[in-house]
Formats: sequence, C-alpha cells, structure tokens
Amino acid sequence: MEFTHYAWLIPVFPLLAFLVLTALGRQMKGIATGFSILAAAAAFIMAVLVFTERLGENVVDYTWDGFKWIGIGDFAIQMGYEVNNLNTLMLVIVTLVSLLVNVYSLGYMKDDERINTFFAYVSLFTFSMLGLVLSINLVQFFIFWELVGVCSFLLVGFWYTKPAARAAAKKAFIVTRIGDVGLFIGMLLLFWNMPGNSLEFSAIHNAAHTGALSANVITAAAILVFIGAVGKSGQFPLHTWLPDAMEGPTPISALIHAATMVAAGVYLVARTFPLFEESQAALTTVAIVGGFTAIFAATIALAQNDIKRILAYSTVSQLGYMMLAMGIGTMSSYTAGMFHLYTHAFFKALLFLGAGSVIHAVNEQDIRKMGGLGSKMKITMITFAIGTLALSGIVPFAGFWSKDAILTEAYHNVPVLFWVALVAAFFTALYMARLFFLVFTGKPRSDMHPHESPAVMTLPLLVLAVLAIIAGFVYFPGNAWFGEWLLGESPGEHADMTVMILSTVAGVGGLLIGWLLYGRRTFTEDWVEARALPAYQLLNRKYYIDELYDNGVVKPLRGIGYLLDWFDRYIVDGAVKVLSGVMTGTGRIGLRMQNGQLQAYGLIGVVGLLILIVAVVGRRYFHVG
Amino acid sequence: MDNIANSYFLLAAILFCVGLYGALSKRNAVIVLLSVELMLNAVNLNLIAFAKYGPVPSITGQIFSLFTITVAAAEAAIGIAILIALYRNKGTTDVLEMNAMKK
Repeated sequence: MEFTHYAWLIPVFPLLAFLVLTALGRQMKGIATGFSILAAAAAFIMAVLVFTERLGENVVDYTWDGFKWIGIGDFAIQMGYEVNNLNTLMLVIVTLVSLLVNVYSLGYMKDDERINTFFAYVSLFTFSMLGLVLSINLVQFFIFWELVGVCSFLLVGFWYTKPAARAAAKKAFIVTRIGDVGLFIGMLLLFWNMPGNSLEFSAIHNAAHTGALSANVITAAAILVFIGAVGKSGQFPLHTWLPDAMEGPTPISALIHAATMVAAGVYLVARTFPLFEESQAALTTVAIVGGFTAIFAATIALAQNDIKRILAYSTVSQLGYMMLAMGIGTMSSYTAGMFHLYTHAFFKALLFLGAGSVIHAVNEQDIRKMGGLGSKMKITMITFAIGTLALSGIVPFAGFWSKDAILTEAYHNVPVLFWVALVAAFFTALYMARLFFLVFTGKPRSDMHPHESPAVMTLPLLVLAVLAIIAGFVYFPGNAWFGEWLLGESPGEHADMTVMILSTVAGVGGLLIGWLLYGRRTFTEDWVEARALPAYQLLNRKYYIDELYDNGVVKPLRGIGYLLDWFDRYIVDGAVKVLSGVMTGTGRIGLRMQNGQLQAYGLIGVVGLLILIVAVVGRRYFHVG
Repeated sequence: MDNIANSYFLLAAILFCVGLYGALSKRNAVIVLLSVELMLNAVNLNLIAFAKYGPVPSITGQIFSLFTITVAAAEAAIGIAILIALYRNKGTTDVLEMNAMKK
C-alpha cells in the first residue's frame, strides 16, 4: 500500500475533529476531548506510516494537484498536496507534538468549562499546520499560513476575560500581519516574474536554478518571503508578539509557540531555499537577523521572571539559530537548521509542558516566588532537567547535536556569527540554569502547596524527555543519516572537534555559573539584580523594544486615528447632519401645512401663483435670461 | 384697447380679489360659497370685456360666459347641498372645523 498517496488524510483527521467538536461539542460532553485525541492519534499514525515508507530505498516525491481552485483563462491555481522528505519530517513533528499536547491538555484544561472549544481550536490548528506543510504552491501555503495565524489568535486569547490575553491575541495577530504583508508582496513579485505565472514550489525551485528569474527579482522575492518568516518565527524586529503570546494556555504555548507554528517561518525559508541559495544578499540578511535574534533574545531571557516568558525568549533565540543556519546557505547548514527545528520541537515542547505542570501545581508563574518544587514534583523536575540539558547543548542530549551542527557550519563559513552563536549558547545555558535552580531547588519562597501532576500530564513529559535524549542520534559525527535522508545526498562533513569542545565549554560553563549564582545560594534576592542594576533593568525591560514600538509606532498611529475620528465625527458627519437637518426642517414645515384646512391650501396656491406671476412678469422687466 | 376696457378689467380684478379674500378668510361656509360666486362673476366680466373690446372681438366669449353662469348655478346648488348635509352631520358651518382631510 502506498501510504504516501493517502497523505491527504493526515490533515483531514483533525479537520473532522474540529468540525464534529464545533457542531456537537455541547452534546458530547465527555467524549468530545477523546474524539480530538483520537483524530490526533490517527493523524500521527498516518504520518508515521508515510515516514516509514519514505525511509525505504529509491522513494520519489509524490505530488497530487488535481484540484483546480481558480481558473482564469489559461491561468489556473491548483490545490493539492506534495510529499517529500522535508515535509514528511514536519508531518511527524507536528502530529506527534499535537498528539502529546492533546493528551496533556486533558489534565491541564480539565476544570475549564470551555474545554471542548479548546480542543476544537487545537484540532483546527493542527489541521492548518499540516495543510501548510503539505501545500504545493505559495497560494495554498498562504491560506494555511493565515489560518494558522487565526488559530494562534484564538488560542492566545482563549481566556478572553483577561485583558492581558485579549491584548496579547491582538498583538500576535497584528504583528505577524506585518510579516504577512511582506510574504504577500513577495508572492506577487514571483507571480509577475515567474515563467507561466506559476507559484508552485517545484516551479520556483526550477526557476531559481535555471536562471529564469533575474538576480534582482530573486533577491527581492527571497527577502520579502523572509519578512513573512520573520513575523511568524518571531525574529527581531517582529519578535515582540511571541513572549506576549504566553498569555494563552500553557499547552498552546508548547504546541504553537514552541514546536510548530513558529517553526513555520523556518519551514517557509526551507521550502523556498533555492531562492535564497541564488542570492547572497538574501542569505546574508537571513544569517544576520538569525544570529542577532539568537543572542538578543538569549540576553533578554536572562532577566525575565515569568517562567513562560523565559522559555518564550528562549524559543525566539533558538529560532534565531535555525535562521542563522538557513542563512549560511550551504546544503549542510540547511540540514543543520532543519535538524535543530526537529530536535528543538521536542525539547522545547517538553520544557513548556513541564512549565505548565509547575504552573498547574502552584498556580504561579513568577520564578522568584517558587523554589524547592523538586522534592514534591519528581517527574516534572527530572524531565525538565532533561529539557534544560538538551536546550543548553550538553552531550549527549538532542540539543547538543543540532546546535553543534549549526555552530560547525557557522565556524566554517561565517566565523563572526559563530562567536555570536557561541555566546548565545552560553547565555542559553545560563538562563536555563537560573530557571531550573530557582524553580526546583532551594527553599520555597512563598506559601505554596505543590503536588505532582496527574498521569495524563506526566506521560507526555516522559515521552518528550525520551525524545529529547535520543532524537539527536540520527545525525552526529560519523552518522550523517538524517542529512542524507533529507537531502538525498551526503551533506558532507558536519562535525568539528574544536567546535564541540567550545560549545561544551559554553554550555557547561553557563550551567555552572548559573548554579553558582542561583543554585548554591539560598537567599531570595536575585544576585544579578542586586549587582548589575542598569544592565539588569535594560534586559528586564527587553531593551525597551516594546516601549519603543509603543512610542514610535502605536502612539503616533493612535494620534492619527484620533484626528481622523474627529474629522469623521465633526466634519463628515457634520455635513451629513446639516443636510439631514435641512431636510427634516423642510419636512416639518410641509407637515405643518398639511392641516386639513381648505382655506390654507387655497392660500398657499394663491401665494404660489403670485410667485409665478412675479417671476414671469419680473423676468420680462429685468431681462434676465 | 381703450380706457373703457381698462375699467372693465379693473372692476373684474377688484371683484376677483374681493372674492378670493372672502373665500380664503371667511369662517362661514356660506360666505365662502358666495365669495366663490363673486370670483366666477369676475371671470365672466373679463370674458365679456375681451369679447367686446379685445384684440380679436368675437361672440365666443359671451357664449362662454353663459356656460359659466350655468355651471356656476349648478355648482352653487351642489355646494349648498353639501353644506346642508355637513350642517346636519356636524351642526356647524364653520370651515375651520371642516378639516376631515387631515385625518
């Protein structure tokens, strides 16, 4: 059986779950959630079947584009699905994380009365993300891309009674929209310049390689597409929405803002990679933005106090790594980027779900008020520790191999960015150590009664913890299987002893310093806060980027808005009101004349006649006209 | 046309205006009807004056005025009949209270 030919079923399962839950969610109180989980499981099994089929020898990419969506004359936009190794990988990641998050939410969202709505949204999100991954052309991709954005909006604002959640949802939607505009313009540019106006990914690949597009068009299109990815993947300067999006339920943070949706930006770059390959300028842009974001977000994470925000900035930073890898522009760096996306999905989902477990237990998000949770929550602590080690890049956890692959590429191609990334890796280890030690060790710093989470929540943690350990073994020195499978050719040497030693030093050093600063001490005040106040303040306020946007963009726009509002209210509406007032007044006079008195009617008739006579006679006298 | 004609016209105009004033301002319906007769007669006077002294004198105007007198008589009869019917129903001849058109 050719499972690949039935890959379209994968997104259909969650879509069905969404439709059923939306239509019948109220009626099927208890089993609604089970239905959603079942759909996610079915999608996951299907994805694994497709994946195993593609492991075999001589597999060819399969494309079905039989659905004609729009036809104008000779031009047609098809819809369909394409299965290749890149999106098979994404399919497995998305369905697996989605399945685990579904199971986890069963425990986390248990007491929420809108739990059915929540599962419906999660299913819709899974559907959109899978549709995005399977898309054959940019138009179809863009539709799902926006759908994913809508789901993000719905889920970030899921607790819409909280003003902060509403604001965060709007922010997530509007900020990513800025990126979407870039992507859309990029699409238009390609549409105009592509031979046959084709927007198929395969056609774009061919055109980029055969030189059917001019160099300038390629550069412009690649950078515009990248702007879309910047918005979605929370790269500087459009990163501000991602940390705020932590107002959503924690499982969502794991699903959308760590493992899948934000990776869509990286996936987009990977999907249109041939465009980038042909333009050095675009590659440089991607690499610099990625590298800068990696270190920029890592430093902010050092001074945050909200457990989820730290992880959010860590996500931004890690996405920066992936972009950096993409921007280096060789096939092996491309592989490294996708590899990091794949390992990061597991350990970041693990960390977020672990954070959710902590929040669930103590009902608190401020790490300064936690402490000593480790003794009460053993499973959470151990799995969280594994996630921390993986993210910090410690041998032999998954994060080490993927981060190392990126660092090696940077070391060989762009040494400056290598050092930037290395420092970012050090900061990563440092803020993760701070997070871990402040939460799980020491003495409780406020009155709380933690308890281990139920099995439905710890089980996904355990699964992800195992993956965070073993996921890296598909691609490490001496084993290039992942790269060969993804590219269909050998990616070349991807390990370097110097880099490995340096990155281990950075990772271990970060953890060690973190332990010295936060683990060994028992007192409550933040050491960094006390010693380095101005720097701490700068980081804590996230380099004042939000304030900058607020004063530089939001307030002026709002000012213009008020001005236009005033203009509309008093000038435009005023004119209308004057006009309507005249009409009403005339009507009122007319009404008064309709008094039923025959004599009054007669009088009016006579007056009218007189006016007529005066007009006719007067015209003769005064020679007007 | 000469001065004789002018005086006829003047008289007709005065008669018409008096009739118009009465028709529009008097509150008693009978007086209003009388005023309407006055206006009709002013018109008759005009017709005859033009028939005799107009730029194209002809008998048509005099015949037309005879018609008008006939019609005016019929109109007066009908008008009085309606008035009597109204008086029987409403017990008044005050035109201000005859505002059924408003409703």
